[in-house]
Amino acid sequence: MENAKIAETVKGKFGDAVLAEQECCDDLQLVIKAEALLDVMRFLHDDEQLAFDLLIDVLSIDNSQRRRKPRFEVVYVLVSTTHLHRLLVKVPVADELEVPEVPTVTGIWHAAMWAEREVYDLMGIRFADHPDLRRILTWDGFEGHPLRKEFPVEGKDFDKKWDPDTIEVL
Amino acid sequence: MAEGKTLTLNMGPHHPATHGVLRIVLELDGEVIVKATPHVGQLHRGIEKIAEGMNFQQVIPLTDRLDYTAASLNNLGYCLAVEKLLGIEVPKRAQYIRVIMGELARIMGHHLWLGSHALDIGAMTVVFYTFRDREMIMNINEEASGYRLTPSYLRVGGLAKDITPDFIKFVRDFVKWFPTAIDGYHTLLTDNIIWRKRTMGVGKVSAEDAVNFGFTGPSLRGSGVPYDLRKVRPYSSYDDFDFQVPVGEVGDVYDRYLVRMEEFKQSINIIDQAIENLPEGPVNVDNPWVANPDLGAVMEDISALIRRFKIQCEGPHAPEGEVYASVEGSKGELGFYLVGDGSEHPYRMKIRSPCYILTSALPKMIVGHMIADVIAIIGSIDIVLGEIDR
Repeated sequence: MENAKIAETVKGKFGDAVLAEQECCDDLQLVIKAEALLDVMRFLHDDEQLAFDLLIDVLSIDNSQRRRKPRFEVVYVLVSTTHLHRLLVKVPVADELEVPEVPTVTGIWHAAMWAEREVYDLMGIRFADHPDLRRILTWDGFEGHPLRKEFPVEGKDFDKKWDPDTIEVL
Repeated sequence: MAEGKTLTLNMGPHHPATHGVLRIVLELDGEVIVKATPHVGQLHRGIEKIAEGMNFQQVIPLTDRLDYTAASLNNLGYCLAVEKLLGIEVPKRAQYIRVIMGELARIMGHHLWLGSHALDIGAMTVVFYTFRDREMIMNINEEASGYRLTPSYLRVGGLAKDITPDFIKFVRDFVKWFPTAIDGYHTLLTDNIIWRKRTMGVGKVSAEDAVNFGFTGPSLRGSGVPYDLRKVRPYSSYDDFDFQVPVGEVGDVYDRYLVRMEEFKQSINIIDQAIENLPEGPVNVDNPWVANPDLGAVMEDISALIRRFKIQCEGPHAPEGEVYASVEGSKGELGFYLVGDGSEHPYRMKIRSPCYILTSALPKMIVGHMIADVIAIIGSIDIVLGEIDR
């Protein structure tokens, strides 16, 4: 389906939930309200004309150095293996939340299981009702979320002295 | 074993058959696996974070270290994403040479897969033959760029330099030789009764499950879904070449094996077409902000010297915007999501790693099988930990 038609279909069904519609080069990006995310995703997956059955990736962006609101955004890359079209769905995460949180889509695509765990681990965005939300690339007990802009690229204790016997930072 | 009691077995991270530092905690009832929990991250280097402080050209050697068995394909994916963000298109000759390097890298990746997959299952001979032929591609890489495993030969806006007549000779020699070698691999394994018994009916994934679990690449096609980015969204002139997309039927280890074996043939076919129809012309884009002026101009023209200096230490500035570009890597869809903020650094770079998503489906594939089958299944999805952990 053409990009314009996809946008039209989604807007026709969820008029208010679609906050914006952007072109990212040849891909269409729809910005969806977090509250309506699950309904929209379920529709994108189940609708026969859209049939986005393959979740390629889930990723997050920290906007704190771009002077943009809100601070966190989550992007889903969707593909249909039958109609071969691609869609980027972006969800702004409300700034008012103490811990940034969006609903999980693991109930629709199993591929979201680890992709969302990675977002949680590296960016600290929680996914409500995720069945297994643990750290994945860093270790259990790691402090902080490395991909946030305030996290130093060298790590937090790279220049501190440590005890060679216990490997503890002094 | 007493009723209801299970044994927990730790496999990896230092296990030769886990293809890197993958650790799987298996729960066994007798020898049958009832639960499996993969742990990844031992090789996490924070490539996405490091890239945020680098300019666009500097990131290229980092991408080599993702899937180091097929390094040029990672370069290709990254360069295409940056070029999409900058809105430039490289000349036809560069596109063809990129295709040659990419397909050679795919064959290299499949060589390592075939050799180690067979070695894990117990067929020791195969690895010697695949590495003999892999050496020929290493020589081609060396001729093009000076490096053998991680060439970093592609640049944003084109290539590091044009190819030499020796490169063309080496590639032609390889194209001539390789079909014989593929027949050799087939005689070792395809009709081998032990190989068939170890792989047929093991690790079955239906087409529906494969899509739901986010499979891409040969693992998805092994389950019968003909999704190949080279056909679906042709990039870098792939629509100029005539090739087929092999698919499996059952979706077991043997089908994934056959799909990759057929991809050998299709890749060599593409390389043959590209090297014989190689267009003349420049290999770098004609854009003063992206492409270096050549050394001859630098010697004579002060403005060319300044421009070269600026491009070397700063490079092109990306406009504000977001792009997603992906290529068909040797393991699946390798995607790069880039966010530009007007500076010379990527504001955010997300690597979509096919192996990462494939590994998340491991529990589903190995539960119900025996320990020996775990090794066959890990081999069949062809994971590389450098790409999983990034």
